[in-house]
Amino acid sequence: MSSEVRVLGRTVSAAGLIAAGSVVAAAALTVALPFMLNAFWLSTLVFILIYAIAALGLNVLTGYTGQVSLGHAFFLAVGAYTAKVLGGDHQLMALIWIPAAGVVAGLCGLIVGPVALRLRGLYLAIVTIGIVFIGQHIFLNVDSLSGGPQGTAIPSVQIGAGAQCQPSCSVDFSQGTSLGGATIDHNALYYYLSLFILVLGMLFVRNLVRTRTGRALQAVREREVAASLMGINLVRTKLAAFVISSFLAGVGGALFGSYLSFVRPQSWDLILSISFVAMIIVGGIGTVWGPLLGAIFVAGTPTVLNHYADSVPFLQHGSSSGGLSINEFSSIFYGALIILFLVLEPRGVVGLAGRAIALAQRLARGPAIPPSTPLPSQQSA
Amino acid sequence: MTTFYQLLFSGFALGCVYALVALGFTVIYRSSQVINFAQGSLLALGAYMVSWFAIDKSLPFGLAVLAAIGVCVLVGVVFQRLVLRWVAGQPVFVIVMITIGLSIVIDASVSAKFGANPRLLGDPWSSSAVHPGGVTLIWAKIWTIVTVFGVLLGFFLFDRYSRYGLAMRATAADEEAAMAVGVPTRRVFALAWGVAGAVATVGGFFLATFPNQLDPSISAVALLAFPAIILGGLDSPAGAVVGGVTIGLVEELTKGYQPAHASWLGTNFYVIAPYVVMILVLMVKPYGLFGRAPVERI
Repeated sequence: MSSEVRVLGRTVSAAGLIAAGSVVAAAALTVALPFMLNAFWLSTLVFILIYAIAALGLNVLTGYTGQVSLGHAFFLAVGAYTAKVLGGDHQLMALIWIPAAGVVAGLCGLIVGPVALRLRGLYLAIVTIGIVFIGQHIFLNVDSLSGGPQGTAIPSVQIGAGAQCQPSCSVDFSQGTSLGGATIDHNALYYYLSLFILVLGMLFVRNLVRTRTGRALQAVREREVAASLMGINLVRTKLAAFVISSFLAGVGGALFGSYLSFVRPQSWDLILSISFVAMIIVGGIGTVWGPLLGAIFVAGTPTVLNHYADSVPFLQHGSSSGGLSINEFSSIFYGALIILFLVLEPRGVVGLAGRAIALAQRLARGPAIPPSTPLPSQQSA
Repeated sequence: MTTFYQLLFSGFALGCVYALVALGFTVIYRSSQVINFAQGSLLALGAYMVSWFAIDKSLPFGLAVLAAIGVCVLVGVVFQRLVLRWVAGQPVFVIVMITIGLSIVIDASVSAKFGANPRLLGDPWSSSAVHPGGVTLIWAKIWTIVTVFGVLLGFFLFDRYSRYGLAMRATAADEEAAMAVGVPTRRVFALAWGVAGAVATVGGFFLATFPNQLDPSISAVALLAFPAIILGGLDSPAGAVVGGVTIGLVEELTKGYQPAHASWLGTNFYVIAPYVVMILVLMVKPYGLFGRAPVERI
């Protein structure tokens, strides 16, 4: 049969081969991307990856456990300031402060958790807004931690033996490095680091949802009362979701601060929190790929719109009084896009991708197979 | 003691505005279990529309307010009929996200049309005030309290005695049952959005009166009404009023006394004081002071 091929002694359908091939090609492309893009696109990509790490955490809490949180920005801030204290003030290695940022944020999640245990749905969402405001107030007033309103520097990632060592055995991510003749600049270094952490995180989430704990999370999302009647410990399950979510937010926040190299307390605001909710909803809530796809959409769209707005004729630069500026145009476009997108596909980009794949499979099989005839691929299986 | 009365007065006036904003949230929440994140943007739109009709189109102030209310009601109803009807039955978060999309669109449109600089509101009171017993009562705030009470009274009469008020309460209690007995639920949803637009306009322009001013940051005030709606309970209009006034008083009293008596809490603590109160209340009553705990089927 023409749609089957033998590879390494196994019979594989042509569609399977194409799928495997495209996965390999996508992986190769992902690794090669920093060498193909200029600084603007690469830096946009780094932000997308960092946002995706934090959104992945929120997805565990909101997507899989059903607890809406608008307080995610607070946990990113905790991560960033942990990086500042451990990496900046105490000069520890990045291998220590990146996980530590996650752990400290996770512990904060444990403190917030009990509040959340009493509340449900939108009540929880609004209380977590309170956490963002209270957090911002603390950061604005504790200068030793956050530098007050002026902000503070977050150390760059350094891997290797530290300052005593020669440049050949340590890599400072703010400087870039060269490997076998190829130059890897600081954008590319952060790209690989974020990609590595994101892939680890996605594998973790993918496996988590298949475990006992993961099923408990989803049972709580579906119906809390029924879940607890079946013997699921609500307290433990919700706290676990909060800790995992805050951990990933903390790691994301540390990377975010370190990549920007300088943060102000004002940047950890409600808008940041809302954009994470936007990412998981637009991407596809309660899916492994959703956070990444959503981050591409939510973090990528405004940047790209701003970048190309120069070529739209009727827009003005800067925000003078009156007249449609580039920022306003891209905001209007972005807001309208969110509305349109969710009206047409409430399941998000993942839902859209699902439709596209189903369509591709239908086209690949050919249009005229009656439903009663077994498909060739099923016969061979 | 004069300071105390002064703070009490300004807190009460602010609380009345919060009550209106909170009422806007509650009306929509009751009809569709959705928190309308665009409520703040509707406030700003309403206030700017008042200013535009009163100054640019030189309408008399009362007429300008009515025209602005008309615009906001139209925006609310059109949004409900054009967009939200297609996502009925989708998860709540999706609908909430769509209202966030609307708020982004409105905010950007307002700032594109009017710019970021403060604008004149065109109200007849500006900074005039009366001074009984050493307390400064700003006319704009006196009118805030009077008008808000009028609007609230009107809403409660409508809600309690009119045909559509009954329809709204029936839909809130059980949408399917209401539909089954012939309540035009789709019209009720549109009505809820219309009411939200109207109260947003009134709230918006009173927020922009002296000593405040009209600038785009007005849309952020809705965030301060969140503690008010939560305090009162999301589905209770009466709770919205009690919550709103409480939060207004808490905010103004903190603003007045905290810098001198509890400076260790940091500068601008009054901004987060409502949230602190809200969290404390929710620890004791998880569905707010007046909210009902939902009875759940297993």
